[in-house]
Amino acid sequence: MSVITVRNASRWFGNVVAVNDVSMRIGPGVTGLLGPNGAGKSTLIQMMAGFLAPSAGEVRLDDEPVWKNERVYRRIGVVPEREAMYDFLTGAQFALANAKLQRLPDPHAAAERALATVEMLPARNRVIGTYSKGMRQRVKMAAALVHDPAVLLLDEPFNGMDPRQRLQLMELIRRMGADGRTILFSSHILEEVEQVAQHIEVMVAGRHAASGDFRDIRRLMTDRPHMYLVRTSDDRRMAAALIGDACTGGVELDWRERALRVQAIDFARFVWLVPKIARDQDIRLYELSPADESLESVFSYLVGGPA
Amino acid sequence: MNATIAALTARGLLGRRRSLLLIALPMVQLFIAGGIRLTGEVSTETSAMFLQTFALGAVVPLLGLIIGTGVIGPEIDDGSILYLLGKPIRRPVIAVTKFVVGAGCVALFGALPAVISGFILTGPADDLPLAFGVATLAAGAAYVALFLMLAVITRQAAVIGLLYALVWETLIAGLIPGAQRLSVRQWALALADRLTPEISVVATVGLTVAVLALAGVTVLATAYAGLRLRSLALAGDE
Repeated sequence: MSVITVRNASRWFGNVVAVNDVSMRIGPGVTGLLGPNGAGKSTLIQMMAGFLAPSAGEVRLDDEPVWKNERVYRRIGVVPEREAMYDFLTGAQFALANAKLQRLPDPHAAAERALATVEMLPARNRVIGTYSKGMRQRVKMAAALVHDPAVLLLDEPFNGMDPRQRLQLMELIRRMGADGRTILFSSHILEEVEQVAQHIEVMVAGRHAASGDFRDIRRLMTDRPHMYLVRTSDDRRMAAALIGDACTGGVELDWRERALRVQAIDFARFVWLVPKIARDQDIRLYELSPADESLESVFSYLVGGPA
Repeated sequence: MNATIAALTARGLLGRRRSLLLIALPMVQLFIAGGIRLTGEVSTETSAMFLQTFALGAVVPLLGLIIGTGVIGPEIDDGSILYLLGKPIRRPVIAVTKFVVGAGCVALFGALPAVISGFILTGPADDLPLAFGVATLAAGAAYVALFLMLAVITRQAAVIGLLYALVWETLIAGLIPGAQRLSVRQWALALADRLTPEISVVATVGLTVAVLALAGVTVLATAYAGLRLRSLALAGDE
């Protein structure tokens, strides 16, 4: 059981502050590090992995500092975001090299076991350069797992994977989290994170924006005013029916666009209500689309909101 | 030394397309030496001049540059060095291992061809082949250490290294005698000078200074590379 503690860590590159006074504690189980691109997730993970010095503050693994301390790699496995590996090696040779670099007593067995864990045994004798993106990701994972680390740090592990590979990797991460490992992975996709992580840390613009159980984060993101664009065969009647219900906070008739702009306060009731009105009043629905569902707007709400 | 890192480094270095250059350079040198020999009897002076300007002056610095940056530069550029850094291995061990692999390559592709070229030109009886074998090996090792360190410090190692080898060693050191004190080539020439008592390999620095300087540059550059590897920050992806 290992714990990573980040204490008031900041990292700047010249004038750019990538990580701004972040404190968090990552314990056993799966934690998702969620945030839009450029939020500082990679920088934070690199600091946790000992690849980058905090400009201020510190990162510790249990009672040891991580920076300039090669010993921590006996207990940490890192899956970098970057694609590069030793492409001229086969998957098996790469895993074996990693096991030998860890100075394991039986590197061959360790490499074999790690490849089995990520289900790469069938392709282990192919050169890495010929692997698909998903296979590369899994071999990176095997390299990080050879020494059976207590802590696993993964930077955007689902990037570029197809849905089936994604599901497999999610299952693998869940299983390893259930074994009591401390696992942190970053992603900019909420759905991805909440399918795997019990606990979510949110980063926005270098700051630690929110922290909690995935249900809390989900609630923060859904229990808020949503803007929708609604286009119907009779916008005025639809508008009248919508404003008559408590689930909306405002309805604007945009006569230029010939559409309604609706602020929904109660998301669940709103999505139930619209089709009901359409059916009861015989109004035809042409379009119902979220007007501000970009992740950035969700995050900016989180930062300014009750988090 | 770490055998796994050495194997990865050697495969990475020799597996790339640039490794063809590692073979091409000494091949050209051997062909020219053969060509000179075919024209008739070659004086020791001419042979020494050829080894001095071509082997020590051109081939070895270029090899040192290709090998010294090649043993670590590409891994830093593409980020695969993370698989070495993220291991419970002291970073200086990584630097020393890479240096040893590089020095081995320079011995194989630089010093050995220099000895063979010497044999072709003067025959095995002369001191010249061995003298330049020692000189090119010492210079090659120093270049490898120097350019390995540069590759750890900056992404522009190849350019800076080329400028040093061409502009400093060839141009400036050729014109300004004082600059020769800070020239790997001149230090190595002092070794060759000492090992060939009867002919005029002209060195501008004394033997003691040369030996100390070569050893010092090699050791310090490798040590500093190891030190810098401890705090190597890879460019972020964000």
